[in-house]
Amino acid sequence: MRIPILKLHDYLLISIQVELDDQTAIQFQQDLLEKIHETGVKGVVIDLTSVDMIDSYIAKILSDVVRMSSLLGAKVVLTGIRPAVAITLIDLGITLKDVPTALDLEKGLEKLQQELEG
Amino acid sequence: MRTQSCIKIKNEWNIVQARQLGRDLSKQLGFQTVDQARITTAISELARNIYLYANDGFIKVEPINDMGKLGLKVVSSDKGPGIKDVRKAMEDGYTTSGGLGAGLPGVKRLMDEFKIHSQEGVGTEIVAIKWLR
Repeated sequence: MRIPILKLHDYLLISIQVELDDQTAIQFQQDLLEKIHETGVKGVVIDLTSVDMIDSYIAKILSDVVRMSSLLGAKVVLTGIRPAVAITLIDLGITLKDVPTALDLEKGLEKLQQELEG
Repeated sequence: MRTQSCIKIKNEWNIVQARQLGRDLSKQLGFQTVDQARITTAISELARNIYLYANDGFIKVEPINDMGKLGLKVVSSDKGPGIKDVRKAMEDGYTTSGGLGAGLPGVKRLMDEFKIHSQEGVGTEIVAIKWLR
């Protein structure tokens, strides 16, 4: 299973809408990095509105991909984290600190725009 | 309604199946969204522990009724190497896998009750319960 990565102007947009198994998550990591390399975009939004559970493994994949993308010069913002997911992550002891987040896709794009232009 | 379900954990895909099982049953029993997420996540962590450390085990989820008090019980059982120092494994930040998995203290915080029984060379059994509020 592949997660679609869309290009919109200078950004890549990803909406995760599938149950993330390990293989899909790892594949997504690679696909995103290759797409950043190929397109040269500076900003990426990963939207998690449809994700109802993030365990420690998925959290690690996500925070890793943020750091990996940064090595390629792209900034990643995670958006749409649900209240239940935020509560569960903190219960688990995962803070995702240093990972940029925004409430929704719109605010995520604003955040990228500000940081990339400012 | 199926009252008990069990998934053998042998590969990564079984982890997804186990959490699906937890998600479905917690919904069926009427848990709120946040508790559904807690239960599903706890199961995912327990299943991953089996996959990472034991390679032979199962996750069982079932509804329980303790004198009118309703809840969901998760049993994680394996015939893996067992945990050498259970007290240490229950400390935050303790890991033998280099940081994969949030560990057992996280699972304990997600659930209401948590019991672990482990014997070196025999295996580990964890029973965790979430009560319906």
